Amino acid sequence: MERQHLSSVYESDLQEIREKLLEMGGKVELMISDAVRALLERDTDLAERTIAYDHTVNRLELEIDEKCLEVIALRQPAARDLRFITMALKVVTDLERMGDKCANIAKRAKELNCEPPLRPFIDLTKMAEAASHMLHDALDAFTRADEQLAQKVCAGDGFVGRLNKQIQRELLASMMADSSNINRALKMNQVSKCLDRIADHATNLAEMVIFLVKGRDVRHTVGEN
Amino acid sequence: MVMKVQLDKLNIHFGKTHAVKDVSMDFPENSVTAIIGPSGCGKSTMLRSLNRMHDLVASARVTGKVLVDDTDIYDRKADPVSIRRRIGMVFQKPNPFPAMSIYDNVVAGYKLNSRLVRAEADEIVESCLRRVALWDEVKDRLKTNSMNLSGGQQQRLCIARTIAVKPEVILMDEPASALDPLSTLKIEELIEELKERYTIIIVTHNMQQAARVSDYTAFLYLGELIECGETKMIFTTPQKKQTEDYVTGRFG
Repeated sequence: MERQHLSSVYESDLQEIREKLLEMGGKVELMISDAVRALLERDTDLAERTIAYDHTVNRLELEIDEKCLEVIALRQPAARDLRFITMALKVVTDLERMGDKCANIAKRAKELNCEPPLRPFIDLTKMAEAASHMLHDALDAFTRADEQLAQKVCAGDGFVGRLNKQIQRELLASMMADSSNINRALKMNQVSKCLDRIADHATNLAEMVIFLVKGRDVRHTVGEN
Repeated sequence: MVMKVQLDKLNIHFGKTHAVKDVSMDFPENSVTAIIGPSGCGKSTMLRSLNRMHDLVASARVTGKVLVDDTDIYDRKADPVSIRRRIGMVFQKPNPFPAMSIYDNVVAGYKLNSRLVRAEADEIVESCLRRVALWDEVKDRLKTNSMNLSGGQQQRLCIARTIAVKPEVILMDEPASALDPLSTLKIEELIEELKERYTIIIVTHNMQQAARVSDYTAFLYLGELIECGETKMIFTTPQKKQTEDYVTGRFG
């Protein structure tokens, strides 16, 4: 079990950052499901709420950044605490970008909702679920300091990438079959790319969890050895 | 990497108290090694054993080997005076000789070991004071009493006195703990410069100081060496839970 700091103020500072990171992650999870639901259920109100919600994620990014700088300046963290602060500073950027991607999906949903629907793309739902799961598991791995779960998240990125390619192929075929599909298919393509990027950011988060737990930097190691 | 000082199963007892337990570690040449650990962990005791300062303590018993350049300083034939010339020491509280001038303080140790002609002494005083970055501050008052200097200047004077006898190893026991932050930074800067010529072993309570000045760090707890390695590793990814708890301030 993790021991507490001798300084209770320091302990509560770190706890505050931890809780805010989880809060931010939870909000992004909600944004992913809302953005995709707004698209699939053609719910423009939900799309607008999702776009507006991005501000709360942005605000948390600023708050976490500020708290991390304060801890570095006042506490000079070392070892696991240093890795935690480093991780927090990197991870907030990933989470904030995920929020942006969700807002992008919601914007595309708003535009697409004004036009007749394209045929349903089942893989898009699968992709959204997979990306959302990856983020959920990465946050879980962070909470439980579970390196194995984090490894599992990293392995899941390939699946989302393949789904993205599959959707792109289908969209291309749809555009070639009927040029009136082009505008909508291009927007759907952006949605698919956004989900792919969300999965990439979730992988970054999981990699940082491995760094936090094991002190081992596993970024950019695919294809090495 | 050449090892200047090597400890082999070092044990130090004071009467029934076992202060340092079976410590084996190496100190690389021309580098700074910091020894950290909570109060009473044996770090100062260990440091003092490296130039046989426990010889005068009746209850002290040192076993194991302390090798300097492969020669055991606890060998019966080893001469403590020559050992202490090779292995200098700087203490927590600046301790210039109070009745002596700045000039005489610098050459005090040297005079014990050899005769000095005036020109030689002048040269030693200037070069040592320059090396500790004190020359410009005191060159016009070398003959004044050393006690008129500030705490930080006095400590640098003590370091000048230590290096005047051309040691190979410098032991520092909390050398900056009695100094203000600016004087502390000057001492730390000086340590960085000194390691080009000497092997430095420093005991410090201040973990940030250990992180700033040392190349290697050893963590001692209850007389045992828990972990020793590159300072960067000890402060970012220590291998032992006890080390991690200590450097992150979770030690109960």
